[in-house]
Amino acid sequence: MWKEIVILVKKEALLEWRQKYAINGILLYVISAVFTAYLSMGAGSGSLQVPVWNALYWIIILFSSVNAVAKSFVQEHQARQLYYYMIASPEAIILSKTIYNTLLTLVLALLGYVVFGLVFGNPVADKPLFMLNLLLGAMGFSASLTMVSAIASKAGNNGTLMAILSFPVLIPILLMAIQVSKNAIDGLDREINLEKILTLLAINALVTASAYILFPYLWRS
Amino acid sequence: MKAYWWKVLAIALLAYTLTAGLLIDVPRLPILNETIRALFFHVTMWFGMILMLVVAVYYGIKHLQTGDLAHDDMAVEFTNAAILFGVVGITTGMVWAKFTWGDYWTNDPKLNASAIGLLMYFAYLVLRNSLTDVYQRAKISAVYSIFAFAAFIPLIFILPRLTDSLHPGNGGNPGFNAYDMDSNLRKVFYPAIIGWTLLGAWISTIRVRIRRLERKMEDKLINQ
Repeated sequence: MWKEIVILVKKEALLEWRQKYAINGILLYVISAVFTAYLSMGAGSGSLQVPVWNALYWIIILFSSVNAVAKSFVQEHQARQLYYYMIASPEAIILSKTIYNTLLTLVLALLGYVVFGLVFGNPVADKPLFMLNLLLGAMGFSASLTMVSAIASKAGNNGTLMAILSFPVLIPILLMAIQVSKNAIDGLDREINLEKILTLLAINALVTASAYILFPYLWRS
Repeated sequence: MKAYWWKVLAIALLAYTLTAGLLIDVPRLPILNETIRALFFHVTMWFGMILMLVVAVYYGIKHLQTGDLAHDDMAVEFTNAAILFGVVGITTGMVWAKFTWGDYWTNDPKLNASAIGLLMYFAYLVLRNSLTDVYQRAKISAVYSIFAFAAFIPLIFILPRLTDSLHPGNGGNPGFNAYDMDSNLRKVFYPAIIGWTLLGAWISTIRVRIRRLERKMEDKLINQ
């Protein structure tokens, strides 16, 4: 099972590397979204208030990860999907896609963080906590988005469907991540975040577990 | 009598809720005053909604196990009834909030959680309509409804507890909790939950029967 997952993750990465336009496109998406936000706010470095900085950052990450993950089940040919269906177990497929998308979302979030810090200034006081929070957020986002993109791909995969199906599912994760990230920016005592981080972990576990259980039914149809 | 005793029970309980709910003596609490009666008509909607969503998820799981369309009918109609209850719950809540908090909408975790829950189930209906094959539709919407329910539960139970809510019983507001929910209120509150939920189940079963008749007629037309 683990071997299968490792091979499948490698395959995803290789495929992405071969068709570079997809990854380049989404990276450019993040940069232009940040830059658009920057120009629309008309704000110089450091003049943005912390809650606004935080909310803007997470919304941009939310939209770019929805766009990045939306393609996970449509990028490959139907015939090739059938081939995977025969050689790999559905559990391995969903886990490998989730792991790969976590990495992808994390890259997006880090790139967004760098560009955001560059144009708006970087107010984050507690950087390790902020990074941990990014990792947890990326895990939650990719677990739910991978499952939703599997559902949306069965329904013709239009962008609207992907968005309306995933936003309500993502909101609990987004809210928790935004609160922790706010505390990390303010550099508050780490202990007060413990409960929120645990909640975030629990939501992630719940979403991943239900995706793991439900995906085989979807894959079979 | 055997088959419809619960419908009689529903009518009796709701008649009791309406009369007793409007007439009994209620404790006079600051801010709430007489609006405490919303407990029987607004709060019960949420209980009914959650119970019906649980039923819908149960039938969703049954459908995934057996592939039987009859279970899918039950799942979708219970979800529809739950959405109806949710919309009524939000509307009654808004009217109540206007009189006690002075605004139709406040940034209260419970309000936001319920609005998000409704968004989730509206999305479920859109997803259903976007699929044309009946078996595909049944299976994929069952998967989404279970998945959405798994995300909805932490939303309504965990998130409101992390930040304070304006709702009675939260954050030091007078409410129906341990110390001031008196037994008079309880005598109406619990029957009201059962009564409203039975009404919801009644609506759902009627709609399921309509759905089955429609399918039968369609089959007849095709086989002619």
